[in-house]
Amino acid sequence: MTIDLSHMPTTLDIFHLILAILALSFFLLFLKKQNQSLKKQNQNQQTPNESTPLRNDESSNVSITAEKPAPAQLTQASPDAALQLLTLLQQDARFIDFVKEDLSAYSDADIGAAARVVHEGSQKTLNNYFTLESVRTEDEETRITLPAGFNAAEVRLTGNVVGEAPFTGTLIHKGWKVSETKLPKIAEGHDTSIVAMAEVEL
Amino acid sequence: MSQSPEARFSVGIDLGTTHCVLSYLDLSISDDETNGPEVKVLAIPQLSQPGTIEDKNQLPSFIYQAHESELSPQDIALPWNAQQTVIAGSIARELGSKTPIRLVSSAKSWLCHAGVDRRAAFLPAGSPEDVQKISPLQATVEYLKHLSHAWNYQFPDYPLSAQELTITIPASFDPAARELTAEAAAQLKFSHVTLLEEPQAAVYNWIKACGDKKGEGWREQVSLGDVILVVDIGGGTCDLSLVAVTEEQGNLTLNRVAVGDHILLGGDNMDLALAYRIKAKLAAEGNELQPWQIHAIVQACRDAKEQLLLDNDIQEVAIAIPSRGSKLFGNTLRTALTRGEVQETLIEGFFPKVGIDEHPVAARRAALTQKGLPYAQDPAVTRHLAAFLSRQVDAANDLIKESSTHFIKPSAILFNGGVLKAPALSTRLLTIINQWLIDSGAKSARLLGGSDLDLGVAIGASYYGYVRQGQGVRIRGGLASSFYVGIESAMPAIPGMEAPIEALCIAPFGMEEGTETPASRAEFGLVVGEPVHFRFFGSNVRRHDETGVQLDYWQEGELEELPELQATLPTEGRRIGEVVPVRLIAKVTEVGTLKLEAIAINPMAETSPHPAERWQIELDVRN
Repeated sequence: MTIDLSHMPTTLDIFHLILAILALSFFLLFLKKQNQSLKKQNQNQQTPNESTPLRNDESSNVSITAEKPAPAQLTQASPDAALQLLTLLQQDARFIDFVKEDLSAYSDADIGAAARVVHEGSQKTLNNYFTLESVRTEDEETRITLPAGFNAAEVRLTGNVVGEAPFTGTLIHKGWKVSETKLPKIAEGHDTSIVAMAEVEL
Repeated sequence: MSQSPEARFSVGIDLGTTHCVLSYLDLSISDDETNGPEVKVLAIPQLSQPGTIEDKNQLPSFIYQAHESELSPQDIALPWNAQQTVIAGSIARELGSKTPIRLVSSAKSWLCHAGVDRRAAFLPAGSPEDVQKISPLQATVEYLKHLSHAWNYQFPDYPLSAQELTITIPASFDPAARELTAEAAAQLKFSHVTLLEEPQAAVYNWIKACGDKKGEGWREQVSLGDVILVVDIGGGTCDLSLVAVTEEQGNLTLNRVAVGDHILLGGDNMDLALAYRIKAKLAAEGNELQPWQIHAIVQACRDAKEQLLLDNDIQEVAIAIPSRGSKLFGNTLRTALTRGEVQETLIEGFFPKVGIDEHPVAARRAALTQKGLPYAQDPAVTRHLAAFLSRQVDAANDLIKESSTHFIKPSAILFNGGVLKAPALSTRLLTIINQWLIDSGAKSARLLGGSDLDLGVAIGASYYGYVRQGQGVRIRGGLASSFYVGIESAMPAIPGMEAPIEALCIAPFGMEEGTETPASRAEFGLVVGEPVHFRFFGSNVRRHDETGVQLDYWQEGELEELPELQATLPTEGRRIGEVVPVRLIAKVTEVGTLKLEAIAINPMAETSPHPAERWQIELDVRN
């Protein structure tokens, strides 16, 4: 058999056909693999505790996944803290009683009287357990300027957000930030799911 | 480090009728040159709800005697004790508000109540037999125990029992109540305890607040000849004292010259008065209130009162009393507390404008009422104050050149206690006192200020521990009363008439800590093996009676009868029924309590190698 590299085939022979089919099928296989790995990545995001690093999956995926940003690490807030806050709000402000009731049957005067209880109690709870301060000290509805590198977690830009910092705009809401939290401690084995005990008078 | 024999901290405990506070000062830190020593207040871990622990500066002085099926052990476990049995603090007050029959409150007032056996378990007073009872003494021990655990939990290397401890008591506490407080501390093995009168603690707090490196700043605020009136109105009591400013070797010194009577009148009475006013208002609108609603109103009135007294622009504060069930709407009672009502009830009711000659309407109640606490019958603080100033007209005569006539004229005033935080009330009180002064041609008094009225007593107490180490000024005081033993006078018996009694002074006014009187000349016969009783009197106005003086006449109100004394001679080496002649000796201990002893008269005492036998005389007789 003589090999002449300058010679071009003029017709599609059976050998080249097989070659072409093979190349096509390899290409399809490759695409399919890529789809699968993306799916796996999505799954991983939903269950962060299941730690199967993608890198070890298959060597062919390495170059693709390495360029993606690392998946967000989510933590599940302990329900105890939320239940505790509910308990405190119910205790001092009758919060659950208030929200659970159907308002339609009552006059505004009745609702107003109850709202006073809720307001006073909630205020007490907030003052007792949290130290609150506003994020921005300027007056609302005044123009303020945010320098480059402002804390995007503290300030949200809305409306016509274009261009580069510094941004000048109207302060709509001054924001709230909790500078100190001192929630009561809970004894081990205490059932936090009882946010209000039933009361029986003898 | 924990083995250090020297106390590292000076700890002050305000053992209040409604709240306890613990403050501390590190004695090992050298003073800050400008501000003096730093005093901190301990955040006391306590249950606020079952299974919930919060740190608070104040420990409410309440104990809840729970039913056994009411709470599980883990619900009441504290950080230092998983098997807690006593429920004290916020949770006790909270639970007790709904089940008052199980709530122990005002133990301190019971401790100073002469008509009951203070070691007998009878609190909560008047509750069903099922409820386990404790004594006023035991309740005091429990509050101290909680504070002690809270301290040791935070400072495991410096147990509270080894620290320099100052416990405050009302200036008007009788010798037995002082002794019982010291006994409570002794039960917990506190080794360095001193008792300090609350108004004095308030003065120490003021001295500390005046700042300056050596605690000398106060010298710029008062001058020689000043008489400082201390008015301390807390949750349950109203405590009065007078402190005179004198000079010694060119230096100003402070002398506590008089204390008032025990007046059970405080902030709680005021909240209750407002609540009953609201109740009457609602009743007029056709709403009859149930007991639990009264409690809710008291709470609401307390908050509303504070707002109204603090802010002059508010005309009324709405009060809403929610239903107890889960249905909040429709069942919520609403009303309002107006400025006028607060003005009328508190200012006119408790601080009426009165003349210096208007004294409490009811005579001082014969001390021994068995059933309940001897609450003040006249709610007017100003009338009690007028009576005090008039009674103590001569209090400072020995120390200060200008003598007063009619009533003693304070030149400076120091306020303490939560009630006087309200500017409307403190201003009112100051105005009335100044009116008295101006009417009698004296200069008006100035207000000494700048200290925390709620935590002041505790802070002053820990500062006192520091002063005792030799820093800064110490208030001179000693006994705030002179004490007498009753002797039946020798006169022929007249049928149907009690033999008149004479009073033998056994401890003089102003007797200082760590001193002892000479043995009385009068002899008494003690019967071996049998308790012998003495009638016992105190006077906070007769300041010139020396030991051994026998009074056959005194003015009405000058002497107050205290619970009787009891001496029991052990039978060792003697026949039962034998009469042993004794003399009486009074001692004021370093702790600050009065001790009375009987000393056997030995005809050969001069030559005997043995010291004369002595027996303790009980101030607090078990009934």
